[in-house]
Amino acid sequence: MITARYIKENYVRRLPSAFCPGCGDGQILNAIIRAIDHLKIDRKDIAAVSGIGCSAWIPSPYLRVDSLHTTHGRPIAFATGLKVANPRLKVIVVSGDGDATGIGGNHLLHAARSNVGITVIMVNNGLYAMTGGQVAPTTPHEAKTTTTPYGNPAFSLDVSRVVAAAGASYVARWTTWHMNQLIRSIEKAIMKKGFSFIEVLSQCPTYEGRMLNMDHIEMLEWFRKNFREDAEGIYKIGEFVDIEKPELTEELEKMIERVRR
Amino acid sequence: MKAKDIVIDRNLCKGCSICVHVCPKKTLGISREVNEYGLFYPEVVDLGSCIVCRLCELYCPDFAIEVVQE
Ligand SMILES: Cc1ncc(C[n+]2csc(CCOP(=O)(O)OP(=O)(O)O)c2C)c(N)n1
Ligand code: SF4
Ligand code: SF4
Ligand code: SF4
Ligand SMILES: [Mg+2]
Repeated sequence: MITARYIKENYVRRLPSAFCPGCGDGQILNAIIRAIDHLKIDRKDIAAVSGIGCSAWIPSPYLRVDSLHTTHGRPIAFATGLKVANPRLKVIVVSGDGDATGIGGNHLLHAARSNVGITVIMVNNGLYAMTGGQVAPTTPHEAKTTTTPYGNPAFSLDVSRVVAAAGASYVARWTTWHMNQLIRSIEKAIMKKGFSFIEVLSQCPTYEGRMLNMDHIEMLEWFRKNFREDAEGIYKIGEFVDIEKPELTEELEKMIERVRR
Repeated sequence: MKAKDIVIDRNLCKGCSICVHVCPKKTLGISREVNEYGLFYPEVVDLGSCIVCRLCELYCPDFAIEVVQE
């Protein structure tokens, strides 16, 4: 039985977290821990990598595994290096929507294309939270942010669809309302041989909530009512890709064998 | 299943009341007491109604609530 005490004793480095009251980032930490515990993988075989942002704090400093807290937009590049150096490692990237699709969008595309066997959990709160709630590539059309006070004139990216099209082996989207589905998905993603990607819609009550005029409970309710497996576009949740295909580090090892002979 | 106790760590709780919202049995409520951060932490209003589903623990972002099974 996974209890809060068991989690604190075994998986959390220190508390309380720096997250605002009601922030979804703590829920995502909770989900990642439960997935790792269900899989019974040795903590030494896991490495967590994050960039810069509120969500980058989920693994570092809170998750008790070896972790790299890298530069903004680059966690996928660092994680790819880790995986190539030690293909046995389960490498988990936790990245914000700005981190993964703004400054780091190129890395995301190429990691999916090359099918490198790492897991990316992207926390989508629709804006740049840590720096004060600025517009992001994931901000919906006409949504208000601190840099689009009259609404976003541009259009948002459906990140899961793009990553699926780029060639990922596993792609899923959930929200912080869908805790059990999210945990199962993280388990599958970690065990997937190729590139796996999970987008998690998460409430940022401090900036997103203020702009939408909703508190964190109303945002969770909004997730529950609007994000469905039979919905359209960004509101569609579920597993979108779940396939097996050749993985980058395996191909690399085969190539090295071939060249050596 | 019955709960022997529901422990709320007042130093970890941020008073978000997500646990109160997800509890299917209305076992929890928001207290009128504040912790050292000035936040209203939850309280147990009816321990006997708890079914030990642990949804409160699953959704708490701060690992601040724990249900002790009888
Ligand atoms: C190279 C660089 N550019 C800009 C910044 C400033 N910066 C810090 S966090 C951040 C955006 C974070 O947004 P997101 O990745 O969505 O994470 P969130 O805080 O929303 O979880 C930016 C632009 C930086 N730290 N480094
Ligand atoms: S600013 Fe938003 S995303 Fe950052 S910790 Fe606060 S609620 Fe969470
Ligand atoms: S969910 Fe956790 S942090 Fe929020 S009020 Fe309940 S015990 Fe406190
Ligand atoms: S275990 Fe279930 S019934 Fe008991 S307080 Fe928590 S959410 Fe409510
Ligand atoms: Mg963000």
